[in-house]
Amino acid sequence: MAETPHISVQNLNVQIGGNPILKNISIDIPDKKITSIIGPSGCGKTTLLKTFNRLLDNSAEVKVSGKVLVDGEDIYDPNAEVTHIRKKMGLLSQRPFPLPMSIYDNIAYGPRIHGIKKRNELDFIVEKHLTATGLWHEVKDRLHSSATRLSIGQQQRLCLARGLAVEPEIILGDESTSALDPVSTNTIEKLFLELKEKYTIVLVTHILRQARRISDYIIFVYMGEIIEFGPTEEVLLNPKEKLTQEYVKGYIS
Amino acid sequence: MNKRIFEELFFKGLMILATTLVAGSLLLIVGTILYKGLPYLTLDMVTKTPDGGFYIGKEGGVLNAIVGSFYIATGSTLLGLLISIPVSIYLNFYIKQQSFLSNAARLSFDVLFGIPSIVYGAFGFIIMIYLGMRASLLGGIITVTLLVIPIMIRTLDEIMGTVPKELRDAAFSLGATRWEASKVVLRQILPGIITAILLSFGRAIGDVASVMFTAGFSDNIPISPDEPAATLPLAIFFQLGSSVPEVQGRAYASALILTIIVLAITLLINLVSKKFSKHKI
Amino acid sequence: MQWRLVKDKSLSKIMLLLTVVTLSLVLFIAVGLYYRSIPILQNNSWGSLLGSSVWEPIKGNFGFFPFIMGTLWVTLIAIVIALPLCLLTTIYIKEYAPSSVKKVIIPLVNILAGIPPVIFGVWGVLFIVPLIQKYIAPSFVEFSTGYSVLAGGIVLAVMISPLIVSIITEVFNTIPQELKDASLSLGSTKWETIKKVVLKKAKPGIIAATVLAISRAFGETIAVLMVCGNVPKVPHSVLDPGYPLPALIANNYGEMLSIPLYDSALLYAALILFIIILFFNLISRIILHRLERKQN
Repeated sequence: MAETPHISVQNLNVQIGGNPILKNISIDIPDKKITSIIGPSGCGKTTLLKTFNRLLDNSAEVKVSGKVLVDGEDIYDPNAEVTHIRKKMGLLSQRPFPLPMSIYDNIAYGPRIHGIKKRNELDFIVEKHLTATGLWHEVKDRLHSSATRLSIGQQQRLCLARGLAVEPEIILGDESTSALDPVSTNTIEKLFLELKEKYTIVLVTHILRQARRISDYIIFVYMGEIIEFGPTEEVLLNPKEKLTQEYVKGYIS
Repeated sequence: MNKRIFEELFFKGLMILATTLVAGSLLLIVGTILYKGLPYLTLDMVTKTPDGGFYIGKEGGVLNAIVGSFYIATGSTLLGLLISIPVSIYLNFYIKQQSFLSNAARLSFDVLFGIPSIVYGAFGFIIMIYLGMRASLLGGIITVTLLVIPIMIRTLDEIMGTVPKELRDAAFSLGATRWEASKVVLRQILPGIITAILLSFGRAIGDVASVMFTAGFSDNIPISPDEPAATLPLAIFFQLGSSVPEVQGRAYASALILTIIVLAITLLINLVSKKFSKHKI
Repeated sequence: MQWRLVKDKSLSKIMLLLTVVTLSLVLFIAVGLYYRSIPILQNNSWGSLLGSSVWEPIKGNFGFFPFIMGTLWVTLIAIVIALPLCLLTTIYIKEYAPSSVKKVIIPLVNILAGIPPVIFGVWGVLFIVPLIQKYIAPSFVEFSTGYSVLAGGIVLAVMISPLIVSIITEVFNTIPQELKDASLSLGSTKWETIKKVVLKKAKPGIIAATVLAISRAFGETIAVLMVCGNVPKVPHSVLDPGYPLPALIANNYGEMLSIPLYDSALLYAALILFIIILFFNLISRIILHRLERKQN
């Protein structure tokens, strides 16, 4: 691979409650590309994604060993500062979770806690990112109404805008369109394709067609191990491993 | 076939009887208090403190006890809140779930929840003697605070548990510190916090055994924290012990006052939960 | 940036302190009570204190047996009355009651839970004691004031009912609808399903609820104090007066410091109460915890 890896995982092992969920994972995520992680349910895809922004930290039952390097720095280093790391990544979960505040405050939340207080600066950020996700015209007249009143497709775009407002470098998506209708799904997919010019994007998905539509690279995970990694067309049309072949043809999962 | 249907009907009848007894006992209790207390419920009762000889039938009212109870309930609820909110935040945002400290804490709070108020009263008494305090408003507040803390922590904990984990994850993913993320969740559970306050207040105002040794009793409204304070439940108890029928009647009236206060609080709790659930996610 | 992190860290330390202090409260209470009981334990063994029926504080005889028995009698009566009634009530609410009835019953039970103990005591004095004196007792004895462990038990039963109903309701909620459906689709009546399937599955939960209710009943002070007669003798029938432990402590705290060793004796009584309740509480939590584990 010629491109510089933005995220480099080395010998990552994750155990939850004593059960090994991820076994000796080593992978490099290419910079400014869309990489999709595919695999059957329960095989560790979401866990892998969550190790990237250390969201697993909260449970004592989770044990992580190995290194995850972002821009060359190990985020699991004991001296690493976790809020700084998380700021670099934007997470889009399966179901949208707007914060219990107005649309404006949702977008402004991140910048506010990271120090931006001036009203006109925040206004600019809110408008910029709502426009980037195609929401501006739909909500510009009701910025101060509650974000929970938006439709589910709008909420997911809101969450994307919110994540972009903290100026991350990497976007993580955990099955982020599986709760949406086809039109909203299409909108989000288009957004990902635009965003990859500036951001590295890692998506977990169980929809192979989606992976084919938008990703540049694919990682196939099965039972906590990486079975295959490569450019999309290769992995989906000419898989090298037998397990990959079977999954892609629909036998496993 | 008939036997089975008959058995079901029989037990159904028993069930209806049982339910009537259990649910109806509330009506019976409130009804009895109302019936016996209303005749003695005069304006004087709620606006005056006892004059000399109140307990043998002279003039006055139970204002001292009403105010005393309110002071203690308010003081202990506030103090309890000051302690319980940080502890709940710590348990839910700072410690890893399922860790030793997390489990030990929850077990300990469960145990504290089950300790009867008389033990808290005895403990409060020990502390006060150790510190050289007399029976006073402050003593009562401290003891009742101890009683109320487990109630608040448990209620807060339950409510925080209903907030979806993903909401917290969303805040963390934006780079929030644990403290900042907890503020987002607190805003979400505000009605729950109010419920916890009301529940604790209701418990604090009606409890006897915890204030018996620690707050003392007085015919006056306490002005400073180290004066003894009267409480409604104790006032009821003392008046009931009198042999003068007039005073016993006043005991029923005092009981009615307390019942009305508690029913009002219960009503408030229901209103609060209904009103705020409209805006939740 | 730095300030946020400093704030988070320092708040974290403060909260840790508060948490540790609060959870050590259990320890403080146990140690405090034990420390104050030492004087009385110096001259008497646990066995002699708990087993003797002689209660003459002025002479220095502290036999706690009558009070322990008083507590047991009142609690037993309360459970015998409350458990079947609450079980039937809960089954009715969950399985049979139409929603219009539920809307009335459930609030009534919830409000009952919030009524202060002293109100129950007043009601007990106004209603239950005369009831026993005039209507129940004459069938059994020559004369009774009505102040008896029976009165205490009845009042307690009403007080602990909301707790039992609420826990058993939760336990029933853990029984999956599919299980009930399976039984019904084999042709059994609703009652048979309840009798043979639901109650069997709910048994550990019902036991836990009972144990928890017992521990609550042990500690109830004022309501029982007002109606059970407060005579320091072991009760021999339900119509005898009794003197449960909490009532002992509450009634005599005023004289605590005037009779030697009296304060130590009363705090020792509090210690016994604490230990018993702790024990029952832990058992019930363990059962409920195991149930929850099985659920997940």
